[in-house]
Amino acid sequence: MAIEAREYTLASGLSANVMVDGSGPPLLFLHNHLGRRWDAFLEALSQSFTVYAPRHPGSIEPDELMQLDAFSDLAIYYDDLLAALNVDRAVVVGHGFGGMVAAEFAALFTERVEKLVLMDALGLWLDEQPIPDISALPAPNVASMLSGSAAVSEALLAQPEDPAAVPDHMVHRFLSQAAVSHFIWPIPDRDLRRRLYRITPPTLVLWGADDAYIPPIYADEFVAGLPNAQKALIAGAGHMPHLEATELVLESVTEFVG
Amino acid sequence: MKSIWFHLQGYRDLPADFEDRYESVWVTPSTEELCDPQKVHQYLNWNLDELDYAASLGFDGVGTNEHHQNGYGFPVSPNQTGYYLAKSTEDQAIVILGNTLPLYNPPIRVAEEIAYMDCLSNGRVVAGMPVGTPMDVTHCYGITPTETRPRYFEAHDLIKRSWTAEKEFHFNGKYTKLRHVNIWPKPIQKPHPPIWLAGGGSIETWEFAAQNDYTYSYLSFGGRKAAQTLMDGFWDVMDKHGYDRNPYRAGFAQIVCVGETDAEAEKLYLEHLRYFYKKSLHVAHHYAAVAGYNTKQSLQAAMRRGGAGNPFAALDPGTTTWSELVDKSQRVIGGSPATVVDHIKELASDLNVGHLILLMHVGSMDHELTKYSTRLYAEQVLPKIRDIWDDQWEDHWWPTGAKQPALAGAEVAAG
Repeated sequence: MAIEAREYTLASGLSANVMVDGSGPPLLFLHNHLGRRWDAFLEALSQSFTVYAPRHPGSIEPDELMQLDAFSDLAIYYDDLLAALNVDRAVVVGHGFGGMVAAEFAALFTERVEKLVLMDALGLWLDEQPIPDISALPAPNVASMLSGSAAVSEALLAQPEDPAAVPDHMVHRFLSQAAVSHFIWPIPDRDLRRRLYRITPPTLVLWGADDAYIPPIYADEFVAGLPNAQKALIAGAGHMPHLEATELVLESVTEFVG
Repeated sequence: MKSIWFHLQGYRDLPADFEDRYESVWVTPSTEELCDPQKVHQYLNWNLDELDYAASLGFDGVGTNEHHQNGYGFPVSPNQTGYYLAKSTEDQAIVILGNTLPLYNPPIRVAEEIAYMDCLSNGRVVAGMPVGTPMDVTHCYGITPTETRPRYFEAHDLIKRSWTAEKEFHFNGKYTKLRHVNIWPKPIQKPHPPIWLAGGGSIETWEFAAQNDYTYSYLSFGGRKAAQTLMDGFWDVMDKHGYDRNPYRAGFAQIVCVGETDAEAEKLYLEHLRYFYKKSLHVAHHYAAVAGYNTKQSLQAAMRRGGAGNPFAALDPGTTTWSELVDKSQRVIGGSPATVVDHIKELASDLNVGHLILLMHVGSMDHELTKYSTRLYAEQVLPKIRDIWDDQWEDHWWPTGAKQPALAGAEVAAG
């Protein structure tokens, strides 16, 4: 699964790093706070789609974030990216923080979005169900918040076996988190709720039924606010349903996209 | 060398099992369960009395800093303490180390308050400008980690300009936009009160000190031995920029406990040192290491050293020995006046430091014990270290309105 990443220079002058593979209609995958990785889910999706998996800006060079203050800037960044990729419309799949970006993008550039999949997405806020700051928790709590399956969370949080590779790995993990915190600190609510009405493309709100980080009540909130949404709850999965129950999620997404 | 009596203003009576029951002394320790306002009434009065007492005995400066939501030290707004000291003292430098710039918007509030204090004190204020701890800035005050430094630099520029501009100006910053900047009053000190940087050793801060010819204070609880490599790095940066090695370019925070004898000092202070290292510095790593707070360069350096570099990590268990603290690790300077004089001289020459920021109230020390240690220092240590650098160097970073206070010991000798 060694997918080569391509570098693009956008019309704004900002750079983009995109993993591209597969064939079929274009699918844009926006990753969560753990950083971009080409995993079994993307590999499987690439059997049916041309998958574009960009890395969120600032994950490598934090200085880029000084040109991106808000979600509107980020949405414009991804609009510029689709232009650079010569993609007019795409299926957009976003996970966690990437789901929040995908929703904001769909609210602003609706015509770019063929269909939208929000997977265990940030973006809404309920005072009675506060979403924890996953970047400021003791390590064991982070693991259990990601997945009830130790195998899944350990694989996500594992450090490289080669000790010499550990510092760079940790730097990248910190910078990936920083590039996310930049937009959502200290509470991940930027009034997306009042823009949900604009997200008219068919939307699948897919959630791990046992998500301990962003509880499934948020799936209901999205479905209630979106004009054209359906919900898929993945039994037995936590915050990483696409890795915890890859087959089920693939089935659900493939059927939805059609 | 300047002796600055510096108050952390911490909570003196955290429970014995505090560090087992609470994840962190900073950010989340329950104020309802742990912080009794009636006790704080007592502490705050003691704090100011201790600072006044130090001033009356001839310390060169008195000072405090800014921190929030913790039991380690909660001066909250250092300017409040500063106003009091500006009024209650006559000669001392008022060392505000300092206002955490990213927390103020508009930051001209800091410019105004420092100028006000400088006028009240007739030009005795040091304007410390720290970036702030991740706990205060990102967790307690909600500043986006990646914006911390950009906000800091922008606030610094605005404040300095508001002190020095010859006429009203507009300021179109990224974080602050003001149509009219025209502060009343401006400071007495010209062009502005000395700006002191303070921190835990980030390279960017040294570069910033060099670019602006500011003095830098290393706020460490690790002592002179642990600081050697870091301070060498600081002086290398100064060399690279072509500066002299004037020791007043550097300050160092040091816990100092004085007794009549070494044995008495151990007996009097060990339990309070244990309290401090075990409880006051019980900062959860997940609050101290915030993604985005450090620059990429500092992060890379920290990771190569093996860890995210938490300067507040508990350095010692509550069972540490006096000899471990004073002799082996040299975290603490403690003992008889003669021992303390020797160790301070070592510190001054090893680290090449001119501003000694003395932490003489430590953790759970009560009022009388704090005064006892302070008096022994003033009478028997201060006279022997005050002139360490006088024959070679001038302190260009000392407030112009401050005067060298008379020593308590000198009065006794004269009488």
